[in-house]
Amino acid sequence: MTQSAHAGRGMAGRRRRPLGTGMIYLVATALGALIALPLLYGVLGGFKDAGQLADHPLGLPHPWVISNYTGILKSHTFWRPVGNSILIAAATALIVVALGALAAFVFARFAFRGRELLAMLFAIGLMFPFQVAILPLFVLLRTFGLLDNPLGVILPQAAFALPLTIIVLRTFFRQIPREVEEAATIDGCSTFRFFWRILLPMARPALATMAVLAIVTSWNNFFLPLVVFNNPDWWTVPVSVFQFKTQYSTDYARVLAYTVMAMVPALAFYAVAERQIIGGLTTGATKG
Amino acid sequence: MARSSLTDEQTRDVVSTSRAAKPADGGRTRRRRRRRTFVTIVLFLLPAFVLFALLVLVPFAVAAYSSFFKWNGLGGPPDDYVGLDNFKKLFGDPVFHADLRHMMILVVLSLVVQLPLALGLALMLSQRFHGRAVYRVLFFAPFVLSEVIAGVLFNILFSAENGIGLAAGWLADPSRVLYALFIVLTWKYFGLHMMLYLAGRQNIPQELLDAAATDGAGPWRQFRHVTLPLLGPTIRISVFLSVIGVIQLFDMVWVLTTGGPVHSSETMAVTMFNFGFRRFQVGYASAITMVMFLISLVFALFYQRFVMRRDIQGAITVMGETR
Repeated sequence: MTQSAHAGRGMAGRRRRPLGTGMIYLVATALGALIALPLLYGVLGGFKDAGQLADHPLGLPHPWVISNYTGILKSHTFWRPVGNSILIAAATALIVVALGALAAFVFARFAFRGRELLAMLFAIGLMFPFQVAILPLFVLLRTFGLLDNPLGVILPQAAFALPLTIIVLRTFFRQIPREVEEAATIDGCSTFRFFWRILLPMARPALATMAVLAIVTSWNNFFLPLVVFNNPDWWTVPVSVFQFKTQYSTDYARVLAYTVMAMVPALAFYAVAERQIIGGLTTGATKG
Repeated sequence: MARSSLTDEQTRDVVSTSRAAKPADGGRTRRRRRRRTFVTIVLFLLPAFVLFALLVLVPFAVAAYSSFFKWNGLGGPPDDYVGLDNFKKLFGDPVFHADLRHMMILVVLSLVVQLPLALGLALMLSQRFHGRAVYRVLFFAPFVLSEVIAGVLFNILFSAENGIGLAAGWLADPSRVLYALFIVLTWKYFGLHMMLYLAGRQNIPQELLDAAATDGAGPWRQFRHVTLPLLGPTIRISVFLSVIGVIQLFDMVWVLTTGGPVHSSETMAVTMFNFGFRRFQVGYASAITMVMFLISLVFALFYQRFVMRRDIQGAITVMGETR
């Protein structure tokens, strides 16, 4: 008590910097170094050969070996998974936003019997962890012959992303004033035209956020593609990073180079879509 | 509830005004219009519903159903009903006991170490200083990477042959592997919580802190009596996310340790994977997922009933403001 009162007197003048600038730099830099260390270890490790990595895991490469990185950049085993991941993420986002927007529109703008019950059914989906469904999902996909087929990953991912998308878009669609719809109807606009030409363009920020969220989730998904894709031609980035490590367990320098290269698309996407990613996180968090 | 009934009325309003807008020319047009509305509802709703029912609800029901059967998942539906045997076996299995223990340890560590760290950093980064943006990007960067990438990176960093300093060999040591796992999880996820706290902190009006300072509150008392209570909803959500994440943890463990050595870092999802996809004891694996689901559900219900109850209104307001 006395201590805090004492501190209060001393610090009252500079209320925005209770820690003191010097202290802030010290803590931030120390923690920043700890965060950056594994990344640096990976980047530098990629420039070593296996012997160097074992002898001097932390030192600078000597000599610098660039063949790990150049080999990967020239190789099919890197670009193919990147292409697969892009395809799967884009298709997932497209499906989830399209179907989610249609359903959210009905939930937001029509009154009908059983609406709240149906909406609740979707909301319950938020509670279902992916891990619980994965075994039956696998059996189901095998029955439909969707193993080693990108749809076997795209469709379940979209299905699991639907609840949050519908809830968020429904809230958004409700906020659009009904005068807008009245005016459109008076001008002879059909329901679908109103949805397509007026509502969707107005909802663009929300649609973008949900699409970006679906893309990030799909990009990082590991469990489902791991069990669905046996054929290396369909491996996504996380699966191929994992398999690459198993395959080259005697040459971890090369694995590090591969891992570092696999970080680049995610970091680049973050740089482009930072606002949507952060927005999606806070949205997802408050609803989760 | 009040919310939705209000919108019910609003929507009905829309329908009735649009109806009133054109002169009603008898019951036939009205009926036709009503039928068209019904068709629209069905057409718009059907694709989402089919996808959701087929790939979320059905698998879920199958998981619940097959947890009462001895089933290898191959050929035909489950037919060897064994009652609660899977669950009995599960609760007698030391590996499953270890799963639960690991879950508890990781939950406690997350709440006691990871979240306070994230909170401290968020408060630090909410102050103005040079290079703040750079630190913010750096602290958040690990979260952008997938669990697999983080797992592979740290698997090598912690390995006996290529590991660095003290960390070398931790993954092979049953008494340390769980802490190594926790370090990697913290590295990967504290940035997320930091971002949530930062967003929450930015919603606190500076006037409140200024007023407290004018009244003679020092930094600690400002934090304790202004910042912390106002961050309450954000903190409760981040605790929720953290706990649910630990309960369902799979990717990171699988990549980092595959649950080893000798099950000493195994989680429920990893045990499920081993039984379901490796030993083809799908019924038993389903029982594990049902327990995992029930733990998540019970936690979520209790948490929302007793901890987050006050925040539901707040959460909706935050939702509105994020866009």
